[in-house]
Amino acid sequence: MNALRRVMSYTGRNRSLLVGTLLLLALVLFVVIGRMFVDTEDARALSAPSLRPPSWDYPFGTDRQGRDLLAVMVAGTPLTLRIGFIAGFLGVGIGAVLAFTAGFYRGMTDTIIRSVADIGLTVPGLLVLILIAVSIKSSLTVNEMALIVASLAWLNPTRTIRAQVLTLRERGYVELAAMSGMGGLEIIFLELMPNLLPYLAATLVSSVSAAILASIGLEVLGLGPMDAPTLGMTLYWVNFNAAMINGWWWWWVPPIVIIVTVFLGLFFVTMGLDEIANPRLRKST
Amino acid sequence: MQAAYIARRFGVFLLIVWLAATLNFFLPKISGQDPVRTKLLQQAALGGAVQSGMEEMVKEYNTRFGLDRPLLAQYGSYLYDTAHLDFNYSIANYPRTVRELIIEALPWTVGLLATTTLLSFTIGTLLGALLAWPRSPRWLRTLMPPLWALHAIPFFLFGLILIYLFAFQVQWLPMFGGYSPGAVQGFTWRFVSDVAMHSILPALSIILVSVGGWALAMRGMMVTTMGEDYVVFAEAEGLRATTVFLRYCVRNAILPQTTALALALGQILSGAVLVEVIFGFPGIGALLFQAIQENDQFLIQGIVFTVIVALGLATLVLDIVYPWLDPRISYRKLS
Repeated sequence: MNALRRVMSYTGRNRSLLVGTLLLLALVLFVVIGRMFVDTEDARALSAPSLRPPSWDYPFGTDRQGRDLLAVMVAGTPLTLRIGFIAGFLGVGIGAVLAFTAGFYRGMTDTIIRSVADIGLTVPGLLVLILIAVSIKSSLTVNEMALIVASLAWLNPTRTIRAQVLTLRERGYVELAAMSGMGGLEIIFLELMPNLLPYLAATLVSSVSAAILASIGLEVLGLGPMDAPTLGMTLYWVNFNAAMINGWWWWWVPPIVIIVTVFLGLFFVTMGLDEIANPRLRKST
Repeated sequence: MQAAYIARRFGVFLLIVWLAATLNFFLPKISGQDPVRTKLLQQAALGGAVQSGMEEMVKEYNTRFGLDRPLLAQYGSYLYDTAHLDFNYSIANYPRTVRELIIEALPWTVGLLATTTLLSFTIGTLLGALLAWPRSPRWLRTLMPPLWALHAIPFFLFGLILIYLFAFQVQWLPMFGGYSPGAVQGFTWRFVSDVAMHSILPALSIILVSVGGWALAMRGMMVTTMGEDYVVFAEAEGLRATTVFLRYCVRNAILPQTTALALALGQILSGAVLVEVIFGFPGIGALLFQAIQENDQFLIQGIVFTVIVALGLATLVLDIVYPWLDPRISYRKLS
């Protein structure tokens, strides 16, 4: 209970973390409650009459191909988040391994890893992802989508975590650990990792956000999983059918609101975690 | 030393160019797709044409596009062609070449990106500096939360909202395209203002979203800089507030901003591609969208290569200019 109270009192002070968590929780609640009342099978095309504005039967209306848009949102939100989390975790995982190897052992490996990450980052990610997506297959599944996005998701974490490792390895306690005979791996896991945890968490959340952004970008361009009701694919159909110009507002308002909520939630959580990782920020706000 | 630094930086640029070309060549090979055959099959299916001559046609096209030779020879000639900026014919728009199509679209994207990036960087940096400055007016601070919130949204999503508000609801601005249909292209006042009207919404959706990011980063740097001893000393000396602000704080805080700019170019471009798609703005992004819809592999490759090289050039220039902005960094120490 004591621990819980401390968490509560901290989030009271760390406003961004609180707001971000609340936004994401609201989304989770929407999906969980939605699943109890809505049949996600209705997210398929032709399961409802087409182009109905919101009504009692279809609270979010239906799209041109006859999808129940409430069902699409309930089924699609977790799919989009899944792409983000798979790609984000893979990216930070691979990035962390590379960053610790590079930053801690230095030398030739460091030069190579750093150069690859630096060069990779100057290349516009979305375009390389487009090339990969176009080359691999004509139609993708949600998980394949996540893997494609993950293929570049490690670049940024590698770069930022490495910079942190470089500053930490010169600290007194790391030197002391090395002098007292700790091995490299032991130092990494017992001395460096615990001190970098908040920072790793912040990197993870921003990677998830970047991965979702990349996946939605690919989907809007028509390179996503065509038969999956993800948020990005919904926007693709919105654009494809010119729903904006035709005044079918109920078609694009829900996906935009949900995507904005996702990005704002993740953004605020990152800011909050940054504040934990870097206490100096606390003074200035 | 300067020459060595520039030479090394140029070497990195060449490496990027080579990598882009290699990626372009080998990635499509993995799938084993035959772009020409796929396209011809599609056309046959559409037109209901006879299938009998298909094999010969594919062979004919493969010879013309050079797809019938061994892989390494293809790679060699691909590198040679790419070095000469020859990206072959567009499969969907044959006999137009990929280069023609790209050259047509490039000015639109360069214009849009250069304007929006310059504007948002300048406005955002200034705003961030003012936000950190204790003497700036209080109302400025109320601008911050909405700008931060906007910053977390993708460009094109905000663009969709702008289309709805300003092009659909109140119809102040055109919602689609780069110029009115039937407009006579040229450097006439009429055409230029037409293009300007069409560019406002795409540009706004990039500027309003990215200003917050620059302001946020600049504010952070300013807070650190203002705590430095030399700023305290400058104030103690009784220097004018504007001098302390501009020459002591902004001058130093702006350096990491420029580094960030070099790194952000790729992201800004990725975002702008989608903005062009949403607005039907006739630049590289819209062309890429069209190429994806038509599965025009050569066009996609040509665009990806051009964009990577263009961005590589931009970062090269920024990197070479950077030591001039920050004399503390000698060319020698950067590696």
